[in-house]
Amino acid sequence: MRKEIEAWNGFEEGTWVREINVRSFIKHNYTPYDGDESFLSAPTKSTLELWDKVLELTKEEREKGGVLDMDTKVISTITSHGPGYLDKDKEKIVGFQTDKPLKRALMPYGGIRMAEKACSDNGYTIDPEVKEFFTIHRKTHNAGVFDAYTPEMRACRSSHIITGLPDAYGRGRIIGDYRRVALYGVDMLIQDKMEQKETTRSAMYSEIIRDREELSEQIRALEDLKKMALSYGYDISMPAKNTQEAIQWLYFGYLAAVKEQNGAAMSLGRTSTFLDIYSQRDIKNGVFTESEIQELIDHFVMKLRLIKFARTPEYNALFSGDPQWVTESIGGITVDGHHMVTKMSFRYLHTLTNLGPAPEPNLTVLWSTKLPMNFKRYCAKISIETSSVQYENDDTMRPIHGDDYAIACCVSSMKLGKEMQFFGARANLAKCLLYAINGGVDEITGVQVAPEYRAVTSEYLDYDEVMERYDEMMKWLAGVYVNTLNIIHYMHDKYCYEKIQMALHDKKVTRWFATGIAGLSVVADSLSAIKYAKVKAIRNEKGVAVDYEVEGDFPKYGNDDDRVDRIAYDIVHRFMEHIRKNHTYRQSIPTTSILTITSNVVYGKNTGATPDGRKKGEAFAPGANPMHQRDTHGAVASLASVAKLPFKDAQDGISNTFSIIPDALGKNDRVFMGDLAIELDSCGGDCGITPVEALNDIND
Amino acid sequence: MIKGLIHSIESFGTVDGPGVRYVVFLKGCPLRCAYCHNPDTWDNQGALEMTAKEVLDGYFKNKEFYKNGGITVTGGEPLVQIDFLTELLKMAKEENIHTAIDTSGITFNECNTEKLDFLMKYTDLVMLDIKHIDEEKHISLTGQSNKNILEFAKYTEKKGIPIWVRHVVVPNLTDNYDDLYNLGKFIGTLTNVKALDVLPYHTMGVKKYEEIGISYKLKDTPPLSTEDAVKAREIILKGIKN
Repeated sequence: MRKEIEAWNGFEEGTWVREINVRSFIKHNYTPYDGDESFLSAPTKSTLELWDKVLELTKEEREKGGVLDMDTKVISTITSHGPGYLDKDKEKIVGFQTDKPLKRALMPYGGIRMAEKACSDNGYTIDPEVKEFFTIHRKTHNAGVFDAYTPEMRACRSSHIITGLPDAYGRGRIIGDYRRVALYGVDMLIQDKMEQKETTRSAMYSEIIRDREELSEQIRALEDLKKMALSYGYDISMPAKNTQEAIQWLYFGYLAAVKEQNGAAMSLGRTSTFLDIYSQRDIKNGVFTESEIQELIDHFVMKLRLIKFARTPEYNALFSGDPQWVTESIGGITVDGHHMVTKMSFRYLHTLTNLGPAPEPNLTVLWSTKLPMNFKRYCAKISIETSSVQYENDDTMRPIHGDDYAIACCVSSMKLGKEMQFFGARANLAKCLLYAINGGVDEITGVQVAPEYRAVTSEYLDYDEVMERYDEMMKWLAGVYVNTLNIIHYMHDKYCYEKIQMALHDKKVTRWFATGIAGLSVVADSLSAIKYAKVKAIRNEKGVAVDYEVEGDFPKYGNDDDRVDRIAYDIVHRFMEHIRKNHTYRQSIPTTSILTITSNVVYGKNTGATPDGRKKGEAFAPGANPMHQRDTHGAVASLASVAKLPFKDAQDGISNTFSIIPDALGKNDRVFMGDLAIELDSCGGDCGITPVEALNDIND
Repeated sequence: MIKGLIHSIESFGTVDGPGVRYVVFLKGCPLRCAYCHNPDTWDNQGALEMTAKEVLDGYFKNKEFYKNGGITVTGGEPLVQIDFLTELLKMAKEENIHTAIDTSGITFNECNTEKLDFLMKYTDLVMLDIKHIDEEKHISLTGQSNKNILEFAKYTEKKGIPIWVRHVVVPNLTDNYDDLYNLGKFIGTLTNVKALDVLPYHTMGVKKYEEIGISYKLKDTPPLSTEDAVKAREIILKGIKN
């Protein structure tokens, strides 16, 4: 690799100058920041003007029923559309997915029917030639999957015991290391990929052939990336020379990905501390002022807020809205114990003030007890003001993923450029329990979906009997689930390969085979009810248990009660063990997650009554949450139950959606007047109980 | 070991004493305050029977959360179960936990303070809820005289126990200027008051009355706004300064 690069002047050298290694660059060059937020700048005039335009457009989009414009003819690729602008003279960071803001692109490689339906459901008609082409001449991921599915897999899919599968849409969850574009420029990345291609083994086993074909695709995607940038007037073949270029280069990398893929989650990575290195250098050299840097970030974030995909109403119902999961991971700690908070971490969060609260990009703080106090306070402040910050436990993830990982979607952690994930939706474990009781017959349709195992026939359910059948049924479910996913990912690689995202990865990539669990708290409470109360099964004329009567009380998950929390732990562990017994595609490593943050409503809708007293169709709790209103011992007990779940068995993430009314977090300082000494002792004087007047004054 | 009659335990209390607290609600109360938002604690029906050790087990499991807080025992009226309460707080103090009691002081009897003297040894903070400063209005509001309550306040002063005075401000019942002012005056005579906690009346307890099937006396009383609570506090402060 070349060493005399002007763009790198002033940077400390490390491994990163000899190989593609962004982590090394950050480690050698970032400046931790321990101060507070007082340095931050307000939005500039042009930021506000641009943002007003965005608000106008989004208003128009809402008024048109959720979609402003759609492309029905041009197949979206990295280079398919000419440049698009909001206001060319004012935008400091440029680039849209199509030639206009909020115009949704046509992406049929995942499946032509889904693309067609996304158009027609929104009042547009797909070009018939496109439809013909992707029906007859060019196979899609979706078509491939259905060629290979077994009847059993199709039955599981229709009955929703396996649900949300990425078999008709893009799987997403892959994060390209977009920082590489800025640090190295595209030419160096192409050169690296060519070397990778030249050094494959020469005996042409099918894996080697696939590697060579994929590397060629990646190189072509990188060439396309350069062309796309050039259409906006930027030559990104060389490394970025300053903050503006670094953000723009990085964003072009990301933009190429969202032009190419309509993935279920298209996350950004961990870019703030990387970019801070450029802004430190630019501020020091007088290239940009603080206000100009903030303006660049505001404009960048504005672009991220405008990422959109063509989707169907069913898709939006499944994910409760129209999410893109442009997740950006902020903060965290290095493996040798230093925090990674920089001024840029503040600037990213500050966009929520400058542009107002928004769900995207999904700003995620990698939380550690070791983060600097000023940053923690600022996070708390922004959370209170905007309710738009997500938190993840860096102390839990760092031992597995190191200090250069990022979150894809909501909780999936992966080392940037070194790990990717095969997204696998979820298995409905609550429904699986009902199958165990009913010998594989679906409680809603009456169809024999699972193998005809012995059903539980007693009137009152016996814990040991149910557990034995349940374990067998989970084993079956894990098998059919993993194999379904094997087909999906094989076909996705074949027909809808993520060229540009994988071009921004190392040659040797660790692949996580992600599975997921829905309905955990329903299962835990159901088994607890069977064990500690009496549960009577109500069967229909065909002998299928369709409802349950619970007599007596039972321990409920979410109250820090080990009797039931142990059941929840055990279920996660058992299911993961069953998953691990199966072959997984492309040497991927199986993981699972408990994170249906938004799909819990739909999963509940498709599941009959459960032995915990939940009625047919009632929503599940989101993620690993306790069931609604069953956690009666307050937040600490509720969180403690969730915290007992085994992360080693749910390494892809455990989510807990937590909301609390502000008054329940402490006293209103306008009404409450406390003693200075007590409050200072108890919480360092910063717990919202600031006394208005000390009693000492009064006693005078 | 004595068993306590427990209504419930809140693992994340942030409004009943300093810091994050483990709040234990005990069953039983001699008062029948018109605005009570925990009428389900009045009698012993449905009480959980737990030993002090069992109660503290829940604290220790998550003690990280409480390192800047502690335990608060409330109710109901916690002093009704003074033997259990003493055992619980003694055990807590042995583990260096900050202890607070949220009480109306209604059970106080100045002729017999032996048990109370013992309890106070393990009490770091008393949150004293003074319902009404005016004797007659107090009787009408709660069904009991306020004499013991005010005596109890003086007792805590004598014992040197820090107290927080709490006062619920209810429109048309406890928001009268003179009463608030007089309450302040009384507080001003005490040297051990560390904080004043003005609680605006809310209607979140009304549903519980429906569930238990008893009639709610303040059906037509609206909740107090924060602005009015601030005003009420100012009046009490004036009384204290006088």
